[in-house]
Amino acid sequence: MIGRHLLSAQDLTSADAVRILDTAGELATVTDRSVKKLPTLRGRTVVTLFFEDSTRTRISFELAAKRLSADVINFAAKGSSLSKGESLKDTALTLEAMGADAVIIRHGASGAPYRLANAGWIQGSVINAGDGTHEHPTQALLDAFTLRNHLRAGSGDLAGARVAIVGDILHSRVARSNVALLRTLGAQVTVVAPPTLLPYGVHTWPCDVSYDIDDVLPHVDAVMMLRVQAERMAGSYFPNELEYSRRYGLDSRRMALMPDEAIVLHPGPMNRGVEISAEVADSPRAVVVEQVTNGVHVRMAVLYLLLGGRPEELMVEGADR
Amino acid sequence: MSDSILVRAGRPYGQEPVDIVIEGDRIAAIAEVGTATADRVLDAQGCVVLPGLVDLHTHLREPGREHAETIESGSQAAALGGFTCVHAMANTSPVADTAGVVEQVWRRGIECGLVDVRPVGAVTVGLEGRQLAELGAMASSAAAVRVFSDDGLCVHDPLLMRRALEYVKAFDGVVAQHAQDPRLTEGAQMNESELSGRLGLAGWPAVAEESIIARDVLLAAHTGSRLHVCHVSTAGSVEVIRWAKSRGMPVTAEATPHHLLLTEELVSTFDPVYKVNPPLRRRADVEALRAAVLDGTIDIIATDHAPHPREDKDCEWAAAAMGMLGLETALGIAAQVVTRDENSGSADGGADATDSTDWQAIAQLMSVAPARIGQVADQGQPIEPGSIANLAIWDPSVETTVSGERLASRSGNTPYAGFTLPGAVRHVLFRGRPSVVDGGLA
Ligand SMILES: [Zn+2]
Repeated sequence: MIGRHLLSAQDLTSADAVRILDTAGELATVTDRSVKKLPTLRGRTVVTLFFEDSTRTRISFELAAKRLSADVINFAAKGSSLSKGESLKDTALTLEAMGADAVIIRHGASGAPYRLANAGWIQGSVINAGDGTHEHPTQALLDAFTLRNHLRAGSGDLAGARVAIVGDILHSRVARSNVALLRTLGAQVTVVAPPTLLPYGVHTWPCDVSYDIDDVLPHVDAVMMLRVQAERMAGSYFPNELEYSRRYGLDSRRMALMPDEAIVLHPGPMNRGVEISAEVADSPRAVVVEQVTNGVHVRMAVLYLLLGGRPEELMVEGADR
Repeated sequence: MSDSILVRAGRPYGQEPVDIVIEGDRIAAIAEVGTATADRVLDAQGCVVLPGLVDLHTHLREPGREHAETIESGSQAAALGGFTCVHAMANTSPVADTAGVVEQVWRRGIECGLVDVRPVGAVTVGLEGRQLAELGAMASSAAAVRVFSDDGLCVHDPLLMRRALEYVKAFDGVVAQHAQDPRLTEGAQMNESELSGRLGLAGWPAVAEESIIARDVLLAAHTGSRLHVCHVSTAGSVEVIRWAKSRGMPVTAEATPHHLLLTEELVSTFDPVYKVNPPLRRRADVEALRAAVLDGTIDIIATDHAPHPREDKDCEWAAAAMGMLGLETALGIAAQVVTRDENSGSADGGADATDSTDWQAIAQLMSVAPARIGQVADQGQPIEPGSIANLAIWDPSVETTVSGERLASRSGNTPYAGFTLPGAVRHVLFRGRPSVVDGGLA
């Protein structure tokens, strides 16, 4: 079963992932019954340790922890240690001294959560909230949860679901975690990008690869559009935003290529007019706001399971209230 | 100084045991075991005797980064590793780009008195790749520099590289190139591969090394100048060098112990002790390098000993410094890798891993050839009467378990912590005097 840390989506078995999603579903139900707060993690200390600004992810975790009654400390480490602020190690030792039961870390360096978990600096659980261009496992879990609600009526796995992930796969931790997790859950994943934005060796990934979004869209149940950063132009990954948008952006014309019931996901924040047009972003087929809501439930489930809660307990507590 | 020393019953190049008598700084006689006497006896029963090892690629960090290593601590590490000569790379602070700095390093090496410290001169002022350093002044200085390198950085400008190669011909110098195209490796963190793609670490493609080597061998051929390629790390680089040598081009090349032993899979731990430049590569690259060492395509094994203080490794991968210790573990690794039977070298060692060690080849790779490339007359001499008595005496009957804290280096960044390596250095003679006796500094 799910271990002490959540570092990578690759570490989750299908059973682990389904259990997290089921737990998130239970928690969503409890929250819907307007029980905003469960006592499960009362007296436990959860730290959000963010070396990169990401208000939306931090708030989502913070809300999740507070709804489980944990004490939450937000630790915004200014500047990464690359810019010679306080080192990751010293920060970790500080958090350990404060008795953190779980540390939720966002860091610009791939692998930083691994160091935090494995260097012997702290005892508590480590949750990866996005590390460099490596992984963002809770994003993948909330995406899977959203997909499952729409495509599989909110239960089981995603066997046979067809999902395209479009955009800067090379630099995307969201893509890495999603490819791994969706595959584990049985989905068929296709990554779509210009060849410059695909990682070396992508053909060995458990997914299909395409350079042509128009070929792929007619055959998907869902498409996930990734944010494209303007600075990629400076690296000659593509000529300019306009060309990118024309070749890989999702607009109404392209959305019409998709089967009628297919949905559109985006991890946010969106660049309207670049990878996604305003019409698509605001259409009923875009489930972006739902993803945000689901993020809180999934993160509650992760904290709950990592810090030792049991679903049976949850049922009782939910019923009592 | 006139006391004679008898090295008793050691096996030169792993051959039949003999007694070696040393008088002054030279080998006076080689005699049948039990027939020689001297003022002092060093027991070498069962041990392999090699010419003292010569490292063409060492970072001693002094001047400027003495908290990582000093010429003294680096000399100690070198002696304990069986070395009698090291080439101190130029990327110090200040950079070794003037006669003043190289003479300072050279003098300090003499004061420490454990190994010959041969300074490497920078190719360009401040390693900035813009203007030739005073190569002639360094060559003519008391330090008599013959090896020039901007190591850590590549002499990337093709015209500057051409000029450097041409210029050093005047004093039979050699340019040792750190082959790394800077544009192809911007932000690079590890070998570019399926693994770098999965780990989300910016890749360091093999072509960034191979394209520079290809350019440089052609420049060396065109100018008729000597090129030395530092730390070759890819199978493709080996092919380019093999081709260049087949055409008679004046190129020599080195491989490091870590590139002969370790693979990129270690990076998946995200432990920065495995972060090094050039990066650890694929298993196929390691195998190509081993074959190249055995067939002579690669001329020497050099350590690229690169000490870093703890804080530069005790951090996340991207923030960590690149480099590994190497002096005290090089011979044990070579003993495993340089074998008569190509397949018998193994990563996890043990004493019987050295039964098929090719000691003649190791003497070439780690003493004779590096001394020749570096133009160090007193080093790499044959084990015979009249030679300068620089000797490394290695005991194959024991094993060494590596521990960062137990190394003499001021830093502890060894990637081999916990590894058991075959054998141990028992004694070392430096210019006729013991620098290491029974595994400890004399
Ligand atoms: Zn180098």
